[in-house]
Amino acid sequence: MKSGIRRWALGCAAGCLVLASALSTATAGTVKVGAIFAVTGPASFLGGPEARSAEMVVEKINKAGGINGDTVELIVKDSAGSSEKAVSFAKQLIEEEKVVAIIGPSTSGESLAVKKVAEDGQTTLISCAAAEVIVDPVARYVFKTPQKDSFAAQMIFEEMQRLKINTIAIAAGNDGFGKAGKEQLEKMAPSFGIKVAASETYDSKATDLSALVAKLKADAFIQAVVNWSVVPAQAIIAKNMRQVGWQAPLFQSHGFGNIKYAQAAGAAAEGIIFPCGRLLVADALEAAHPQKALLTQYKNDYEAKYKEDASAFGGYAFDAMNMVAAAIKQAGNDRAKVRDAVEGLQKFAGVGGVFSFTPQDHNGLAIDSFAMMTVKDGKFILYQGR
Amino acid sequence: MSLDLFFQYLFAGITYGAIYAVVAIGFNIIYNATGIINFAQGEFVMLGGMISISLLPFMPLWCAIAAATALTMLIGAAIEMLFIRWLQSPSVLRLIIITIGISILLRESALHIWGESIRSLPYFYGNEITTFSVGSVHISPQVVWVIAASGVMMGGLSLFFKSTPIGREMRACAANRTAALLCGINARNMVTLSFMLSAGIGALAGCVMSPITYTQYDSGTSLAIKGFTVAILGGLGNSMAAVAAGILLGIIEAFSVSVVPLAFQDAISIAILLIILFVKPHGLFGSSEAARLKDF
Repeated sequence: MKSGIRRWALGCAAGCLVLASALSTATAGTVKVGAIFAVTGPASFLGGPEARSAEMVVEKINKAGGINGDTVELIVKDSAGSSEKAVSFAKQLIEEEKVVAIIGPSTSGESLAVKKVAEDGQTTLISCAAAEVIVDPVARYVFKTPQKDSFAAQMIFEEMQRLKINTIAIAAGNDGFGKAGKEQLEKMAPSFGIKVAASETYDSKATDLSALVAKLKADAFIQAVVNWSVVPAQAIIAKNMRQVGWQAPLFQSHGFGNIKYAQAAGAAAEGIIFPCGRLLVADALEAAHPQKALLTQYKNDYEAKYKEDASAFGGYAFDAMNMVAAAIKQAGNDRAKVRDAVEGLQKFAGVGGVFSFTPQDHNGLAIDSFAMMTVKDGKFILYQGR
Repeated sequence: MSLDLFFQYLFAGITYGAIYAVVAIGFNIIYNATGIINFAQGEFVMLGGMISISLLPFMPLWCAIAAATALTMLIGAAIEMLFIRWLQSPSVLRLIIITIGISILLRESALHIWGESIRSLPYFYGNEITTFSVGSVHISPQVVWVIAASGVMMGGLSLFFKSTPIGREMRACAANRTAALLCGINARNMVTLSFMLSAGIGALAGCVMSPITYTQYDSGTSLAIKGFTVAILGGLGNSMAAVAAGILLGIIEAFSVSVVPLAFQDAISIAILLIILFVKPHGLFGSSEAARLKDF
């Protein structure tokens, strides 16, 4: 009998606790944040890690009691890489869901399509796509977290000057990232005294590039190859080059920053040189580096939670979500104030680099957000010169 | 063009061609048995690669490939039984739409099971940079594997169709379904068998080419388009013609790179396909007599 009463009392107490916690969540508000990522479809290698990273950030925030007591609700929409879908999701998020800000989309094409929607809807958009045109010309409400293409091109050309390379070939995928990068490289090469002897575009689903490599190798003047894409072809071109015994330096874009590609190219990936954010070499950074703690934490958290390697792509969304969270903390659930708060972020350490926004610069990163890297024994390490 | 460069292009072309040809053969087997084009053929190639990669940690390479081929054959049979077998005299158009649906289903399931990252089997011999040198021409051993596997599959199939009773029954169904039925052949089982066979061939091809092309959940689609082109180019239903057409298309693609930018590679191959179809509407090796007897 006694134990019965005790059990009853315990049950009551537990019930009260549940009720109390339910009440507390009911009284506190929710802040809605929208996200548009290409979780499925051809750009899923971007959208997948991005959506997972953003969800990880939100989960952590809510576990720690939300922002100013408000729970964050992340509404993720899967655009499958389609601009039309991205536009309609953006409208839905702004008009129906009344989100305070949107993170994403994953690809440059989608981001450009959504740029105007965000402007018209006066809602902050923090894009996770690479193309510079997203923030140039600058739009009041549009920001982006990945580093600029032109910084990557500049780093590659500076390294070429050091290696006394003056004639190169460019190969690029036929997607938005490849096209933008190819134009950037062709535009900047002359100012570094570098001649582009061949500039080729391949299908982003290409399965073998040995014919292209044979063609480039036949031109004896070509001293190095720059490949600019985000597709498996960046591993294929490396293999095909080394298979025909061509040892010319191979430079890749920051799109190579996914260890899967280095693993896929295996022995052929050794010695590839590419600029990338420091996430890939987080463990090797000196302790005093402003990004060190953050990078190691993101990498460890992500890898523990999702059992897959962290990539630079997920980092773009991680930064975007953290920026929105920081802005909400400062400005509350108010679209216009959140925009001002994002623009006001200074020395904000993220995965992509240390961001300092200005009204003219909505990327907020400097060239030192990139570091030159190379592949050694199947791992990414900081590049120390050939 | 120097002789070395000529041979380098030639081998690149034969590599592409052998890959296209095995996919095309899969199209032909099902076409022969049912008169339809199975647009999920590329997905069989992807499944073969993916399953073998997933099995590799638990067994030696050849076991993984054999098991992946067998599993994909079972999947092929299951698909036929679930989606096609119970249809009462379906139209060609309806069957084609069904296979397109199946291909989307398989692709999306693969995305959920394996995720979006690229995978590959290890090189069967040597590693990514091992090559044989013939003169100054470099050939990856895996290319030799692909060509050899295509050859063995071709030979095996032709033996199977010519000299085994089941093979003959399948050909009988292809030639005249009603007559075959009257002879006591179970035509429905033959269709199931044709799906199994083409799934198996696709899967085996997917394993052998995986180290070269990599495997991703959506890598089947583009292969299916090329394989379909080759099947049409050779003349639908003729497997030997598919091999010849595949290698021809591969070589044209490889050599086209030497004269025009790579971006035009597909445009050139499609233009050639169109020209051939204008001049010879039943494919390079197809006969108009035979084509008149088919519905599609």
